[in-house]
This record gives sequence, C-alpha cells and structure tokens, in this order.
Amino acid sequence: MKVIIAFILLWPLAGFLFNGLGRNFWSKKIIAYKATGYIVASFILSVFAFMNVQEYGAVTVHYFDFINTATLKIPFDFKVDALSSLFLLVITGVGSLIHLYSTAYMKEETAPHYARYFAYLNLFIFSMLLLVLGDNFVVMFIGWEGVGLCSYLLIGYWFTNGNYNAAAKKAFVMNRIGDLGFLLAIFWMVVKLGTVSYGDVFTEASLAKLSSTDITAITLLLFVGAMGKSAQIPLYTWLPDAMAGPTPVSALIHAATMVTAGIYMITRSNVLFSHSECTQTVIAIIGISTALLAATIAIKQNDIKKVLAYSTVSQLGYMFLGLGVGAYTGAVFHVITHAFFKALLFLGAGSVIHAMHHEQDIQKMGGLKSKLPITHLTFLIGCIAIAGIPPFSGFFSKDEILTAAYEKNPIYYYLGILGAAMTAFYMFRLYASTFLGKFRGTDDQAHHLHESPIAMTLPLILLAIASAIAGAIGVPEIMGGHHWLASHLTAIVGAPHTSHLAPTTEWMLMGISVSIAIIAVIIAISIYRKKTEEEPQTALGKFLYNKWYVDELYDAVMVRPLDKLAAFLKNTIEKNVIDGAVNGTGKMVQYGSRQIRLMQSGQVGYYILFMVLSIILLFVLWFNDATILRFFYKLTH
Amino acid sequence: MPIHYYIYLSLALFCIGVTGVLTRRNAIIVFMCIELMLNAVNLLLVAFSKMFYGFGLAESPNSIVGIDAQIFVFFIMVVAAAEVSVGLAIIVMMYRNTHSVDINFLNRLKN
Repeated sequence: MKVIIAFILLWPLAGFLFNGLGRNFWSKKIIAYKATGYIVASFILSVFAFMNVQEYGAVTVHYFDFINTATLKIPFDFKVDALSSLFLLVITGVGSLIHLYSTAYMKEETAPHYARYFAYLNLFIFSMLLLVLGDNFVVMFIGWEGVGLCSYLLIGYWFTNGNYNAAAKKAFVMNRIGDLGFLLAIFWMVVKLGTVSYGDVFTEASLAKLSSTDITAITLLLFVGAMGKSAQIPLYTWLPDAMAGPTPVSALIHAATMVTAGIYMITRSNVLFSHSECTQTVIAIIGISTALLAATIAIKQNDIKKVLAYSTVSQLGYMFLGLGVGAYTGAVFHVITHAFFKALLFLGAGSVIHAMHHEQDIQKMGGLKSKLPITHLTFLIGCIAIAGIPPFSGFFSKDEILTAAYEKNPIYYYLGILGAAMTAFYMFRLYASTFLGKFRGTDDQAHHLHESPIAMTLPLILLAIASAIAGAIGVPEIMGGHHWLASHLTAIVGAPHTSHLAPTTEWMLMGISVSIAIIAVIIAISIYRKKTEEEPQTALGKFLYNKWYVDELYDAVMVRPLDKLAAFLKNTIEKNVIDGAVNGTGKMVQYGSRQIRLMQSGQVGYYILFMVLSIILLFVLWFNDATILRFFYKLTH
Repeated sequence: MPIHYYIYLSLALFCIGVTGVLTRRNAIIVFMCIELMLNAVNLLLVAFSKMFYGFGLAESPNSIVGIDAQIFVFFIMVVAAAEVSVGLAIIVMMYRNTHSVDINFLNRLKN
C-alpha cells in the first residue's frame, strides 16, 4: 500500500521531470502520450486505493520525519481515507480527461512550449495530490503552495502577453494573502498543541487544550486561507482574471481541482469548525454573499470564459454556505458534481473557442448548434446540471446544501434560491447566445467552423455522462435513495445527518428550487435565442458588467495607497534618510581623518609629547581606583 | 628610611628625564634623559624590593618575598647598556652624515 500511494504521487512528478527536463528533445507526440499516460496511471492507482479504503478502511503510511525535534514532530505521512480517496479519484479522473483534451487543444504550440505546458499540468496534479494526501497540515501546506505556484505558471503560460502576466501575478499575490492566514493557523496549532497531524489535532484531548477563542481564531485563519484558494469575498478577484490561461487550465485549476482545496481543508478540519459557531456563521455569510455577488456579475459578462469563471466563484460560494451550515457532505458532494459539470463546461467553451479561432465574445457567436453537435449536446447537459434541474447531478448536490441551509436559517435558503435562479439564467443566456439563433461572427470564421477532434470530444462526452449521473451517489432518502456519499464519509464528518424537516417540506423546497430554475431557463432562452445585439447598457447593467467595480475599489483602497507609500519611501525616506545616513558616515570619516592627519607633523618631539600625555591620561583613568590610592596613601603616610 | 623618600626621588628623576626628552633637541642629551628615566625606575624597583623583603622577614625568617624586583633591575641595566651602545652608534652615524646631532634635523623623511 505504501508503494502504491507513493506512486500515485510519483507518476505526475515523473511526468513533470520528463517533460520539464526534456522539453527540447521530445516530439509533441511523445510529450502528449507521456503526460497523459502518467496521469492515467495515477488514476488507476487511485481507483485501487479507493477500493482498498472501501474494503479495509483508512490507511496512514509513514515515509520519513519531515521535522523532528524534541518539542515538535512533523512526520511526512500520507493518509488515504474516505475523503482523500474521493478527492484522489476526482483529481486524477478529471485531470486525465483534461490532459487528453489538452493534447489536441494545445496543438498549435511549438514542442518546447507544449512540453512546458504539460510539465506544469503534471506538477499541478502532483501538488494537488500532495495537498489531498498529506496527513498533517504542513504537508497539506506544501501542496497548497504548490498549486498556487502552478496556477501562477499556467495563468502566465503565454508569458509574452503583459496582461496575462499581470493576471498571473494577481492570482499569486491574492493566494499569498490567504496562505498567510493558513500559515498563522498552523503556527497557532503548533504553539498550543505541539502537533499538526490530523490524528492528533482532531481528538477530544487536543480540543480540551484549546480555549474557544483559540478554536475560533484557528478556524478563522484557516478560513482566510480557504478564502484565497477558493476565491471567496474578498479574495475572489483573481479567479475571473485567471481565465488568461489556456482553457483546459481554467477547467482543471480554476474549476475542478485547485479552488476546491479550501473546501477539502475545511471538511478535513470539520471537527474544529463545528466547535466554533462564530466561524461557521462567518463562513455561511461569506459563502452566500459570494454566491450572489458572483452570480449577478456573471449575468452581464460577454466573455464565454468570464461567465464560467464567475459561475465557478458563485458555486464555490454555495459550497461554503454548505460548510457554514454544517452540511459537509453536501459541500463535498457539490465539489464532486461541480468538478464534472464545470470541467465539462470549460472544455466545451474551449471547444467553441477552438472552432471560433480564439473568439471568446458570445455576442459574436450564435447558431453553433448544428456546426458543433457534440459540443452543443454536452454543453447543454452541463448547463442543465449546473442549473439544478433533476435528474442531473447539480440538482442533488445543490438541493442538499439548500435544504441544510433552510434548516439552519431560512434566509440562507431564500438567498440561495435567488442565486440558483440567477445561475440558471446566466448559464442559459450563455447557452442560448452561443448555440441558438443566427451566427453573428465573420464569414471567415463561419467558413472554418468545425467540430473538434476526437481527443477533445471524448473528454466532453465522458464528462457529460458523469455530470448527468453523478447525482446517483447522493440521492436523498425521501427520494428512496440511501445517500451513499453520506455513509461513505461517516468516518470524517460524523454520522449522516437526519433531517428534522417534514418530508412534505423537503419536497416543497425541492419543488420551489426546481420550478424557479426552470422559469429562469425559459426566460433566458426566450430572451437570448433571437437576440443579435446586447441591449444598451442600463446603469445597473453597467454596474454589473464592470463587476461591481470591485477591482477599481481594491485598486483605490489597496494598490494606489501602497504605490504612493512606496513612492514616498523611495523618494523621501530612501533618498534623504537612508542615503543621507550612508553618505554622511563616509563624509564624517573623510572630514575627521583630514583633521586628525594634521597631528602627524613629523616632529618627533610632538609624538613623544602625545605619548606622555596619553600615558598620564591612562594612569589617571586606570589607577584612579580607591584600593590603589589607599595603598599609596598607606605607603607614604 | 621611609619609602616615600625613594618614591619622591625617583619621581623627580623620572620627571626630569621626561622633560628633557620632550624639550631638548640635542640627541645626546635626549639620550641621557632616557637613561635618567630608566634609572629612576631602577631606583624605585630596588626600594620597593627592599621594603617588601623587610615585610616578608617579619612574617617568616626564610622569606624571599620581593627579591625578584632586583633581578628585573639587573635586566634593565643589561638592556640599557646594550641600548646605549646601539644608540651612541646611531648618534655617531647621524653626526657623520649630517654634522649635527639635532633630532629635528632628521624629520626629512616627511614628505
């Protein structure tokens, strides 16, 4: 088992080294086969590990001691249990499909860049697996930083474009802000508990050592980390900008895996979070606000990838709402279904962009239904899934979160329904303006429209199937299911939650959310199927189109004052104070030596005089001591 | 005789020596003043040696406390004699070269 778990990680690492070091030697074919093959190998091993967990329960394997001192021991351990094995499957499964897709999507790149792309992708999978597999917060943090680095590298993949580099830097800096919170939480745990291993931290004995303030502080700091990685208010603005990277990267990193790291981390530490009412409320409020804010922005975006990006932020908000109301299973469920349908949507968008020759504006698309049949059908399935229409997967997971929210506080539920309606609306706005109606692009584009190659459509088909049926792992009891996922995760998040709501209420809640979603879908399609031009911008429309001016706000509140401060420090402090001190020292030494030089006159007599005077001074200073003076006094009297 | 007579005497000799070195320009006189300082120190050493020896005898008849100072004195004398020979030789050479024994005349190394 130890070897198998190690190889789940080592295959992607091998792929990274192979492609990274050999980027100038291998042909594109070899690069593509190797990179995809390693991830598939990792997926097969993950399946094996998953089966093993099903059969024999959780496994913890020890490799070596990462830090070993008298007071602090951090082992380099991996843990494969119900939660991490699920994430392993999602990461390597969706990851393999995206690798396969990338082999065709990135075909236009030259071989060295092609290899660089796959090396980054493999390194990303490696980091993500490390994050998920670690048995303590430090190993998780290593992976956590790794995915941050890889997302920086991949967003800035086309590094000759200045805007893309800016987006990459933005993502990195935003993530770093969150990482600081995570790091502080780790330090806090080390100070208070002296350990960071899950097995030690989440015990009653450890919890007894922590005051409620400690728990609230640690969980809030962990949540700050999750905020950065999982794009929640206020650290979400990097995610939409991260669409600068190649589309498969958006699918892999910014939809299916990396952004779910925060949810994984909070679910992993649910024991701590459940002990802090305050943190849970904060998480729920931030989650639902993010869900609503991002949904409103998504309604007015015209870039196909931006819509999907904001939709990701919004769906992450739902997941955090789930975490905040204690529906950990629901959140993980939504992570899994979201991984499928969001990867599907992004890859579908990639297929559209590919067909349109890198046109991303949905106003210039339309009528692609007949030209791209497979893309169209799979994209439609993705849209239905995310809109929450049964029996597609999104319905089950979203409904579970919303039901739990209703139990906690109906306001969450109503806001959640509002967000769900907007989700359905903007997704079908996107669908209708892309695939329905008349083609609005140039003749040249129309001439070249073509369905994507099999390497791109196959992942779409597989993901569409997964999006359609993934809900089966969590069919709620009132529908006659037995919620496999909840019983699977019992060891991590406690016994399956038994609902206090009457079955009629639950049916009603479902009915409301589904009917609202369907109404929103119908409205969206009827508005946008015929529309050739976006309507003139109203004030609200402009406000939403400009993303609530949040970027401008951050610019004004944080960036510009910091720039000003830096300019002040550079021009005033640096030039006058620091340079002044440095140059002043030099000048003082020069002046002093010029004066002292005069003493060296060449007259021997003066030298001796100075000697004598100095000796007298020395005597006065040294022998001006009571005992010696008393001794001489005694001698002479 | 009380010790402080010796102290005053050697202090006076030493000060004369210092003053001579500082004020005179004749190399030979400067040289003699240096000898004067050395001998002032010698005198003091011998005086203290004698005094401590006396204290030691009062404690125990076999005491040899203080006699090491007299050994120093002999060393100083030997070194002084060697120094005199070297010093005088330098002064002779100096006179041969410059026809003067003025020490300030030798500051020509400056510049």
